[in-house]
Amino acid sequence: MEAVLLGMVLMLSIFLGFELISKVPATLHTPLMSGANAISGITIVGALISAGSDLGTMSTVLGAIAVAFATINVVGGYLVTNRMLSMFKKKDSGPRGGKA
Amino acid sequence: MSIELINVVYIVAAALFVFGLKQLGSPATAVRGNLLSSVGMLIAVVATLFNAEILTFTWIIGAVVIGSIVGYVAAVKIEMTSMPEMVALFNGSGGIASLLVGWAALYNVDNTLFTYVTIVVSVVIGGLTFTGSILAWGKLSEVMPSRAIVFGAQRIFNGLLLLALIACSVLFCLDPSASSPYLYAIIVLACVFGVMAVLPIGGADMPVVISLLNSYSGLAACAAGFAIHNNILIVAGSMVGAAGIILTNIMCKAMNRSLANVLFSGFGAVKQATKVEGEVKPISAEDAALILEAAQSVTFVPGYGMAVAQAQHVVRELGEMLEANGAEVTYAIHPVAGRMPGHMNVLLAEASVPYDQLVEMDDINPRIDKIDVAVVIGANDVVNPAANDDENSPIYGMPIINVNQARTVFVLKRSMASGFSGVDNPLFFGENTRMLFGDAKESLSTVLNELK
Repeated sequence: MEAVLLGMVLMLSIFLGFELISKVPATLHTPLMSGANAISGITIVGALISAGSDLGTMSTVLGAIAVAFATINVVGGYLVTNRMLSMFKKKDSGPRGGKA
Repeated sequence: MSIELINVVYIVAAALFVFGLKQLGSPATAVRGNLLSSVGMLIAVVATLFNAEILTFTWIIGAVVIGSIVGYVAAVKIEMTSMPEMVALFNGSGGIASLLVGWAALYNVDNTLFTYVTIVVSVVIGGLTFTGSILAWGKLSEVMPSRAIVFGAQRIFNGLLLLALIACSVLFCLDPSASSPYLYAIIVLACVFGVMAVLPIGGADMPVVISLLNSYSGLAACAAGFAIHNNILIVAGSMVGAAGIILTNIMCKAMNRSLANVLFSGFGAVKQATKVEGEVKPISAEDAALILEAAQSVTFVPGYGMAVAQAQHVVRELGEMLEANGAEVTYAIHPVAGRMPGHMNVLLAEASVPYDQLVEMDDINPRIDKIDVAVVIGANDVVNPAANDDENSPIYGMPIINVNQARTVFVLKRSMASGFSGVDNPLFFGENTRMLFGDAKESLSTVLNELK
């Protein structure tokens, strides 16, 4: 039964993802991609549980390495997306040198 | 915190991801969207730390500190021109993390067969995302040749690889255990498969590969979610998976090719385009400046070459000067210009070009015949008219920016070598085309000084 419920969640999320993304303008494709990529670092949640629960050395080590990689993904992904997005400016807004 | 409470927090996190992704869809709200999404991630992580299963924090703290430092330094130091490589690397680290989470899930007690199947899926997708991304990084950063690498028995080899992978997966699921030799075989095969999948794809097709790998990293997280029965992994992972697929689809459409065609055929390997003959008409920077000074409307068409030459700042300066001179200035961007979706937009944004001046291919093409000067900077295939009228051309049918219909075209180019796809470009021999040879940045600086 649980598998069915999870499958339901999966199906709905996929449709949601399609709906959310399909109207994004081309200008934002890169930040969108790196922002989505940061979200895929959610696997850190699973990694934390493996690294912290006492199921033997192997499980802990695998979990800890996973935590490290997932953290790179999350921290780096969000920061770099933010860096990119803060560069996008509308005309005549923000500090610019003005016209020559 | 009880499991129920943690799951409630996960629902909030999922809602934040949804709002975040939604707001990433418009330049005005995108910064806030990214912030919301990161808050969602933070509360999901914090809630997880209260999970009663977590007994020791030593390893966690060490790993988080290392990961944060690496991620922070990478994100802050990276040049905007190297963004595609960076995204590929982040993708890869997400992939390997999902592989490891799946692997570690083998040590959980009372796993069902369904769980074992999802573990295999997360290990396979995670592994191929990891090595595929590393290879994509290698090609993008030109650590290795970025062209398509094809060898004779490649398809047969890949087919056998896939068969072996399936066989090992089945054998593993028949007798699942953490010490099963088939587990190691699956990991190795998945990693090799990732390499083999990206090897035959050339640099110009990289936008497709990057978006596809992005999708895979989401799917890997999703499969890992099934392996450890975790809702938030499934929700977030599958949203990312869907988003990546959409981008992949947009990129394929922009090249008028199917995904299968991009993945399985080295670009331009089969057909030989009709040879183009004619005389190119070079122009000096001084003369170009004179023509630009008289132009009423100018559109810049950037490509990967602009990134290589780091010319985006000079382009913006020139654009501003022409605008001050009374011309209407736009930047026409092809969906697959550069090495990842939206690559050129990011570079121009870095140079402070306002995003409302960036126009898409479908907006510029209907009015391109009224543009006085189209300045092509380091773009080649995306402005190659052979895509419209040479049925023998490997890129025939790909929608292009029809710069050849503008009144005058300047093509900034290092030399007469053909584009990334190795296809000849009749644009260079066009009646209204003038070639401005040399480094794009230097050429533009000279033009700029002439105008001053």
